[in-house]
Amino acid sequence: MMQKSVRSPRIVHHNTWRKAITRYWQMYLLLIPVIVYFILFKYKPMLGIQIAFKDYKLRVGMWGSDWLGLKHFQYFFESYQSRRVISNTLYISFLSLLFCFPFPIILALVFNELKTDKAKRMVRTITYAPHFVSTVVVVGMMVSMCAMETGIVNKALIAFGLTKEPLYLMGSGKYFRMMYILSDIWKDSGWNAIIFISALSAIDASLYEAARVDGASRWQQLIYITLPSIVPTIVIMLILRCGSLMSVGHEKVYAMQTDLNLNVSEVISTFTYKQGILDLKYDYATAVDLFNSLINILMLTTVNAISKKVSETSLW
Amino acid sequence: MKSKNDAIFQGIVYVLTALVCIVTLYPLIYVLSASFSNPARILGGDVVLWPVEFTLNSYKRVFASSDILTGYRNTLIYTATGTTLNMIATIMAAYPLSLPDLKGKNAITIFITFTMFFGAGMIPNYLNIKSLGLLNNPLVIIVPGAISVSNMLIMRNYFINSVPSALREAASIDGASPFATMVRIVLPLSKSILIVIILYYMVGHWNSYFSAMMYLPGKRSLQPLQVFLREILVLTQMGDMEEQTGVDDLGVYLLYASLKYAIIVVSAVPLLVLYPMVQKFFERGIMMGSIKG
Repeated sequence: MMQKSVRSPRIVHHNTWRKAITRYWQMYLLLIPVIVYFILFKYKPMLGIQIAFKDYKLRVGMWGSDWLGLKHFQYFFESYQSRRVISNTLYISFLSLLFCFPFPIILALVFNELKTDKAKRMVRTITYAPHFVSTVVVVGMMVSMCAMETGIVNKALIAFGLTKEPLYLMGSGKYFRMMYILSDIWKDSGWNAIIFISALSAIDASLYEAARVDGASRWQQLIYITLPSIVPTIVIMLILRCGSLMSVGHEKVYAMQTDLNLNVSEVISTFTYKQGILDLKYDYATAVDLFNSLINILMLTTVNAISKKVSETSLW
Repeated sequence: MKSKNDAIFQGIVYVLTALVCIVTLYPLIYVLSASFSNPARILGGDVVLWPVEFTLNSYKRVFASSDILTGYRNTLIYTATGTTLNMIATIMAAYPLSLPDLKGKNAITIFITFTMFFGAGMIPNYLNIKSLGLLNNPLVIIVPGAISVSNMLIMRNYFINSVPSALREAASIDGASPFATMVRIVLPLSKSILIVIILYYMVGHWNSYFSAMMYLPGKRSLQPLQVFLREILVLTQMGDMEEQTGVDDLGVYLLYASLKYAIIVVSAVPLLVLYPMVQKFFERGIMMGSIKG
């Protein structure tokens, strides 16, 4: 940005495009395939959104199909499914915002208080590990370790006297949300702490020295120096999080779904997959998905606007 | 008083840290130990921390399974080719868009970033893939996800913030073309961010199952490892490993008990060995990339 304003405005003004292309033709050449990629794989599919408003017939294609207006949306909202699917999605989302969001912050704060760099690095290495284990494997581990008769978890719960009968932890609706949230915390808290750890490492050390001179305890330093300095990072992460409140990732939920827990585990993204890809109701599934992404955008812009007003921290 | 409080504070820090480390590591250690244990002892609950009646039987079975070997081979191919394409494509977008005086760069950046906030959705994407003839074609695993916008932005921000523009200008005065400047000067200086992004893409390829399930429905021979893992671990189907056992139902049941742990180990070890080696890069990279550019 700076270099541009330094240059004489007259030269920039004269035949700018030709000059830019003579100088940077190689760069434009690099960008052409990139633009083609985005058109082909990101923008062209957007044309397909029209089938949310159409009676899509494979035979005539999306352009030849008849318009239906908002029929699919109406059908969705009138179906018994819609309430269940929307509330399941929101429920899981809120739970994970409530429980999964604070953990990385707490981890970062705790690790930050360790004395030596070596210890700090070691605990980070340990807590990153689960992030590199795939979703499928995490779910598989839960299935094995939480098995009714043979799983180590049930054996431990019984041994510690926490339950008399083994719990049907995986597969039943009762524990689905708890298992979903707990495994999320285990898998990604350490990884998600990185951004907070790096924010903490940027705090000016002289602030702590001054506080120590004033006689502040460690606890006071944490509350009055450390915490306030990472608030902007927390706010940004919170905004991003809210922007995806309506999108519970389908990969893990789908892997955890069983016939017995569908009443709590069916979320919008898995519902879309089943209606669209498995049951071939392309138009209907597209409508449900579109509703979902519109809510997400609405959430993101609203939360961003609120945050801009309240804390002067925002994404754009 | 104050020093006593501080000692308590430090004590709490150590206790919490220890707790976090134990909770994080225990499931991993359990899986590793179970994979080397006698299956009857796993089912009996005797395996708590260390292997009981050490055996390599389950590993022998895993490496004799053609499903696992096919999946492993496919995943290696998808990860290697996919990540290579990801890097080339991401650099092709990130470098030009990091140049402060490239005309039209703002429009193109907006054009690209918009797709991060609004996408067509699962079904229109699926129909698009179908209309491009990529369904059941292995290219579908590597091409449609060639550029992740967030990775591109992280890389672009790094180029903007961490590579001094004076170096670029000096190269240009020396007569280096913009492309030569990128290849010979900027990219070698950006090794840390390149490693970070390679790691991100690699982990994504290695661990994804959904797109293969969706886009390669009719091609079992093209499925990546995670799809087979899902069948074995989550749907508890044994696939071709059941046939090779040649024992009764109880034998199969027992075998499965330890086999699944060995499969988990075999599938997860490459990434778990890799990431500590590049840890300092991704930590630094996230810091650099997250600075607003």
